[in-house]
Amino acid sequence: MTDQRRRGFLKGMLGVGVAGFALGSGIVPLRVEAATAPDASGWPEKAFNTPGVDETIAELYGMEASESDQITMDLPTIAQNGAVVPVTVETTLPNVTGIALLVAKNPNALAAYFDISEGALPFISNRLKMAETTDVVAVVISDGKAYKATQNVKVTVGGCGG
Amino acid sequence: MASSIRVRAVQNGDVTSLKALVRHPMDSGFVKDSEGNVIPPHFIKVLTISHKGKDVVVANWGPAVSKDPFLECRFKGAKKGDELTISWIDNEGESDSTTATIA
Repeated sequence: MTDQRRRGFLKGMLGVGVAGFALGSGIVPLRVEAATAPDASGWPEKAFNTPGVDETIAELYGMEASESDQITMDLPTIAQNGAVVPVTVETTLPNVTGIALLVAKNPNALAAYFDISEGALPFISNRLKMAETTDVVAVVISDGKAYKATQNVKVTVGGCGG
Repeated sequence: MASSIRVRAVQNGDVTSLKALVRHPMDSGFVKDSEGNVIPPHFIKVLTISHKGKDVVVANWGPAVSKDPFLECRFKGAKKGDELTISWIDNEGESDSTTATIA
């Protein structure tokens, strides 16, 4: 928890700096006031550029995830179009602070991860791209520990090729 | 210009259910156009959903999130008529923000 708070504080400080720069330079094409734009400086560049599920979990959360049957994943077993695969994750694990979605065979495994605040329910629905038939892994951070669940999706038309 | 974000937030008992759809290309940097040139990556990095100045859910997205991304989440602590702010910023520094009222 201390880490989370510290991160929030750092993010806030950086946000002020970035917003100031954006306004001052006029480089960034803003449609809204800079102050309301979220801050992407905490975005984990490295975790999003790591192939492999276990490596990515280690990079993102700094720990290994253990299997859990308390994570429910709802996604098609066969996806006709790999460019749009709906993935829903829900869990009964307590005190969830984060949910991550990983696609094992994508060039970079991490597709998305979510910071879940205290008031939010551990439920996330998102649409992902998948290059080929692959395992989809949901990682849930509960009480500071990582848990994961895996489900396979057959992709008939890949969503990452050209 | 119309907002790039479409939001629907519905109160159901003490749980607020929010669905958001953002218009964005979400180019991954792996796809080539018809002439064989790689389309550079262009994707939303961070999307925040905040209620009364507090971030409820923060989505960190990579290029593997589908074009025109969709997100659904649920949270407690809000009531009907409350205002939510949804904002995003992408890897090129573009951003957008909108507010929605819980129905």
